[in-house]
Amino acid sequence: MTTLLKVEKITKKFGDFYANKEISFEVKKNEVLAILGENGAGKTTLMNILFGHYTPDAGNVSFEGNTIEFGNTNNAIKLGIGMVHQHFTLAENLTVLENIIIGRQSIFSLSLPKRQARIKILELSKKFGLPIDPDELVANLSVSEKQRIEILKTLFLDCKLLILDEPTAALTPQETDSLFSTIRNMIKTGLSVILISHKLNEILAVSDRIIVLRNGSSVGETDTNSAERQKIAEMIVGKKIEYPQKTKIPRKSKVLSLLDVSYNKADAQRLSSVNLNLYGGQILGIAGVAGNGQTTLAKILSGHLKATQGSIVFEEVGSVHISPKSFMDLGVAYIPEDRNSDGIVGDMEIWENAIMTEMDDSFFRNSLGFINKKNSFDRSRNLCETYDVRMQSIRQRSRLLSGGNVQKLLLGRWLMREPKIIIACQPTRGLDEGAIASIQKLLLEAQQNNSAIILISEDLDELLSMSDDIAVMYKGMLSNPIETRTTNKLSIGLQMAGDGF
Amino acid sequence: MLKFRLEERAKSPYWLIILSPFIAILVAIILAGMLIILAGANPFESYYQLIIGAFGSKNSFAETLARATPIILTGLAASIAFRAKFWNIGAEGQLYFGALATTFFGTGLVVLPSVLMIPFLFVIGALAGGLLLLPLVLLKLYYKVDEVVTTLLLNFVVVLLVSYLLEGPWKDPMSLGWPQGKSVIDEGVLPQVLSKTRLHLGFIISIGLAFSVWFILSKTVIGYRIKSVGLNASAASHAGIPIFKTVLIVAILSGGMAGMAGVTETAGLKGYLTLDLSPGFGYAGIAVAMLANLNPIGVIFSGVFLASIYVGADAMSRAMNVPTYLADVIVALTVLCILLSLVFVHYKILFFKAKKDD
Repeated sequence: MTTLLKVEKITKKFGDFYANKEISFEVKKNEVLAILGENGAGKTTLMNILFGHYTPDAGNVSFEGNTIEFGNTNNAIKLGIGMVHQHFTLAENLTVLENIIIGRQSIFSLSLPKRQARIKILELSKKFGLPIDPDELVANLSVSEKQRIEILKTLFLDCKLLILDEPTAALTPQETDSLFSTIRNMIKTGLSVILISHKLNEILAVSDRIIVLRNGSSVGETDTNSAERQKIAEMIVGKKIEYPQKTKIPRKSKVLSLLDVSYNKADAQRLSSVNLNLYGGQILGIAGVAGNGQTTLAKILSGHLKATQGSIVFEEVGSVHISPKSFMDLGVAYIPEDRNSDGIVGDMEIWENAIMTEMDDSFFRNSLGFINKKNSFDRSRNLCETYDVRMQSIRQRSRLLSGGNVQKLLLGRWLMREPKIIIACQPTRGLDEGAIASIQKLLLEAQQNNSAIILISEDLDELLSMSDDIAVMYKGMLSNPIETRTTNKLSIGLQMAGDGF
Repeated sequence: MLKFRLEERAKSPYWLIILSPFIAILVAIILAGMLIILAGANPFESYYQLIIGAFGSKNSFAETLARATPIILTGLAASIAFRAKFWNIGAEGQLYFGALATTFFGTGLVVLPSVLMIPFLFVIGALAGGLLLLPLVLLKLYYKVDEVVTTLLLNFVVVLLVSYLLEGPWKDPMSLGWPQGKSVIDEGVLPQVLSKTRLHLGFIISIGLAFSVWFILSKTVIGYRIKSVGLNASAASHAGIPIFKTVLIVAILSGGMAGMAGVTETAGLKGYLTLDLSPGFGYAGIAVAMLANLNPIGVIFSGVFLASIYVGADAMSRAMNVPTYLADVIVALTVLCILLSLVFVHYKILFFKAKKDD
């Protein structure tokens, strides 16, 4: 096989920090190269260098034998490098066809060469098995259809190397399979693909070769055929990972129920008559493709939204004033799915974030309203130690923490309150294997302490290994929970696509 | 073709953080100097006259500090509000509302000994400023009405209300036909702190308030909440911090500071309410807060800086025969340069050669 892309000793420094350190690798024609690594390992920086967003401090990249000029995205595109970002860059109010051709036109041209473009797009669509309707508005498309458009956009520009950044983040298992068969198709027709992901199982299923990055350096390279899951996971983290084992405990009394809860205002995803019972010591997994009402459900369960119909009943208290604070006082802990925008205040220091839920506690303030710094510091240090939040100092700004440490800080903050109910939304999304294992361990320990846990996740492996029961959300409806050991990935996947609703 | 791109710095060097405002001011002065040349004067001599005019004698120095007093207070108003991302552009109106309250209560309706009368007027002025902002905050919190629009527009309403009152019912019969309010009673007048100058107790009070605001913002739970709501309201609300209550407190504090600026001007500088009580002190407060990077202690310095430009520019204008509007230009350029300098503090500029794109 001939070499398509050759990366030699790429180094990129931000201040004293090496984002990439002497990284070298090759991509051959007709292969899928997977780049694995935890957040901050340097994957994104590396791809940004290849695609022309950054200029490296040292190193060389050649494409089909020609040296790439750095810092020029247009040049990268012209050479045949295409990139599909994790967050799509489509104009929702334009049609599929317009979206695909728009970036290529000078802003001074008065018309779009739609006719030739349409022919080419339909050809590509057929060739790679990416069915689309060129005249549909992008706003009406599903996530996986939008992704198809993004891929077609790069193919339309005659790309030879496609870089996919976390492409399966928002797909159902079935959609993921179909994406993978598309990737296989592309390889057959002569393209090469670089796949960036943290989902090990998927990488193992689709890639030919794996490169692992850690702390900016390449720490290992292996053929996928000879790769072992556990070993790669440990290579990513740089140490041995101990996956937690679930031990089932008998269900305690009922703590919470939702009766016919609906939500139909435009400011959040809809819910239609959701019924749910939650028991102490139970982990109830909720599966579903993102955007089917899980976020609304979580917000209603945590007092952030008031259901438009139906009621929420805490067994010991009955009905309650709807506000985050009063739910917190009843023992509800809420881990929001976007930990950076809803969880942590990045520009405040770690100790300030650690005590944020406790500001009414007289232990942390005196009667005049002054913060008791000593007690706050002690508690923060204690929290970071207990829940293994790795930091240099509690006076450090929180945004400098890695994703895993942010999540441990947020979860630890709640666990310190010994919550009765934990609503965890995507608690391990985007984390590395080591952090995933610690978060899952903390949740399982909370269950042993009789907390009731609602685990909302898109990761079916996680749901199957953690939950006692699983329910599926589809278009705002919630299926009846079934015991986890009586179901499997395939049938949950079908339900996620609407089967049985 | 030479192109450039911004790249975020992992950490900004300390020397740059400290030096950048001074460089920004220098650049602004150089740019304004070109305008002075255009106006036909020697910029070095003009700036000399400006400095002499602002600090050259006991009288001019006192005048600068007297002018700084309301600007420091409106600067504090903007600092508190902007920290919580509540965009109060209405300090001008709140200032006049404080002045109206001072006139209503301070011209004979309430008579107390001086030690009580002065604090009473400040409390009344602060309440008036805060109350003026209250309905606007509620509109924002309940109906998401943009406070930039409402606070800005209310300025004009209040100024016209003052105009109506001074031309009509509140007009002082002893004023020989001038539209001005009755004089504040002697017990309410802020005493001079430097004899034979216009510098009054209000300056000391504004310094004291700046330190109090700094103290509240950095040491108390309220300050902590304001900070968290400003930096990430969603995360704060997820941690159980009451957004509604916090924004309400911010608005009352902010409006209160601006209201007190009305008190210092009415009861301190002039002794009575006039239509030209504030030549835009409310808006100057925004520039002051920006210059100080929203730091309450910094507001003292940037307030004095701005006041010295305004006071000095009058002297410069007389001595050099250049327009006083240069003061506004210098202030505006300084704010722009400071904002630009913040970009340089947080980002690196990378230049690179790009071939012609096709």
